[in-house]
Amino acid sequence: MAAGDRTVLQFSTQSTANLSAKVHPLVIFNICDCYVRRPDQAERVIGTLLGSILPDGTVDIRNSYAVPHTESAEQVALDIEYHHNMLVSHQKVNPKEVIVGWYSTGLGVTGGSALIHDFYSREVPNPVHLTVDTGFRNGEGTVRAYVSVNLALGDRQLAAQFQEIPLDLRMVEAERVGFDILKTTSVDKLPTDLEGMEVTMQRLLALIDDIYKYVDDVVEGRVAADNSIGRFISDTVAALPKLSPPAFDKLVNDSLQDQLLLLYLSSITRTQLGLAEKLNTAAQIL
Amino acid sequence: MAASSAPRSFLQVAATEEVVSPLRVVQIEGLVILKIIKHCKEFSPALVTGQLLGLDVGSVLEVTNCFPFPIREEDEEIEADGANYQLEMMRCLREVNVDNNTVGWYQSTILGSYQTVELIETFMNYQENIRRCVCIIYDPSRSNQGVLALKALKLSDSFMELYWANSFTGEKLREKNLSWVDIFEEIPIKVSNSALISAFMTELEADTPVTQCDYDRLQLSSNPYMERNVEFLIECMDDLSMEQQKFQYHYRNLSRQQAQQQAWLQKRRAENMARKAAGEEPLPEEDPTNPIFKPIPEPSRLESFLITNQISNYCNQINGVAGQSFNRLYLMKALHDN
Repeated sequence: MAAGDRTVLQFSTQSTANLSAKVHPLVIFNICDCYVRRPDQAERVIGTLLGSILPDGTVDIRNSYAVPHTESAEQVALDIEYHHNMLVSHQKVNPKEVIVGWYSTGLGVTGGSALIHDFYSREVPNPVHLTVDTGFRNGEGTVRAYVSVNLALGDRQLAAQFQEIPLDLRMVEAERVGFDILKTTSVDKLPTDLEGMEVTMQRLLALIDDIYKYVDDVVEGRVAADNSIGRFISDTVAALPKLSPPAFDKLVNDSLQDQLLLLYLSSITRTQLGLAEKLNTAAQIL
Repeated sequence: MAASSAPRSFLQVAATEEVVSPLRVVQIEGLVILKIIKHCKEFSPALVTGQLLGLDVGSVLEVTNCFPFPIREEDEEIEADGANYQLEMMRCLREVNVDNNTVGWYQSTILGSYQTVELIETFMNYQENIRRCVCIIYDPSRSNQGVLALKALKLSDSFMELYWANSFTGEKLREKNLSWVDIFEEIPIKVSNSALISAFMTELEADTPVTQCDYDRLQLSSNPYMERNVEFLIECMDDLSMEQQKFQYHYRNLSRQQAQQQAWLQKRRAENMARKAAGEEPLPEEDPTNPIFKPIPEPSRLESFLITNQISNYCNQINGVAGQSFNRLYLMKALHDN
């Protein structure tokens, strides 16, 4: 706070200090898809972000939809009715998802964005603005989130500044399972259980190999020892339950036998089904 | 088409029927998969449905987008609401250049128990309007085991013909050589993504094995899942035995009726003998008005087929999970020995 006759430009950073955003990959997919399908004369795509605000203040962005807009050098026009219609439709399915902000493709924040941000801030107290750089201008695809901060000179509002907030890409477990599929441009068929199992085990093996190599390197003195990593490794190894070999064998064998029994039961059932079906359709009365 | 001898007029070409190439592959976009996963997971264990949109190209059915249906509480005014919602969504999506073409629907399921008569009815409803439609089944409970349980189903043509004729008697089925495996056809799924999305994804999630390891698959506790599977299996077996009892009852009735017919025939013949001896007209040997000649309708086998399908599904699942458990157990054993 300034004293005397000098007014100081205030950047109020308290409110944004602990604000961060989490984005589900579905949102990125949606945005890319809308960008690919945009009408020819539009340079970028604008849309609404849906989600919720978590109790600790982070904004959880879960869904999105595109809103048609027209843009020229001076002005930007959004189809507000469309925006409301889509909102109502989405809320019919999931009433917990509310507007949390808006997105646009393209790297930076332009002048027109301030207007749109203003519009969205009428709907939501503190909207988050997400930019997704589909042009890969920096040589990589950047996703950034901003909130608007008011710059005040003394008592007068000067301008609104877009301040970047930390962004976190979150993925649910089930999506992680299919993640390999989602990365490439095309996959010929979905992996079956056993193939997936094989892949997972290979990865685990690779991880264990890495650890072995690291430990060997440290012992031989090739790599400087890092105590925290060493502690992690010893913790992990200690996490294996200490069972005596006979007890452990008994456990494993019991489980094996249970699984075998189930396998046997299901095979019997299938044989029974085959028989029953033959009897049912083959039976003729005289 | 045979080599054209003379150039055909446009009318002729338009009038010829195109040969429908059989559906061989369903090509789904990653976006649709993510949406389905998200929707089904959010509402599990409730069952949810949604609509699939896309294009029908040759022997490939492309699914490019989807939207979920709201859950219906009661059926009062929801009918009109549901239709309105659908139209609204399709219209809005049209404005952002999404393919506006319905190609099917998706639904979530619990432990693979999706073979019901409602499924078939929905298929029939869709089939009336769309030439080729597909149903995608997603199982969130199996995905917790670390498998992406997504299946694309379609009714087989022979089954559909039988359904239209609405007759599931034994002879018809034997004619067509149709058994319970033939009701649903599973179509292989191919996943495609636009280059932009795959660039983004590769960018945002590095390819290192550390972040990639899907530990869910290595979970040792598959017992609860197996228990539920076996429970469902037992229930289905009960249903199946009920169906079979219905058949037995029918057969018993049929044979009893036949015995009655024979007895009546004998009596008639004896009477005719007597009448011939007396010089009168013999009575006809058949009497359609007698109730014992009324054919007894055979119960439809549709239910039993569906139940059988269900049971085999459960068995398959059990087999799959048991196989995985074997792997895990041996892995654990090897690790422990080391």
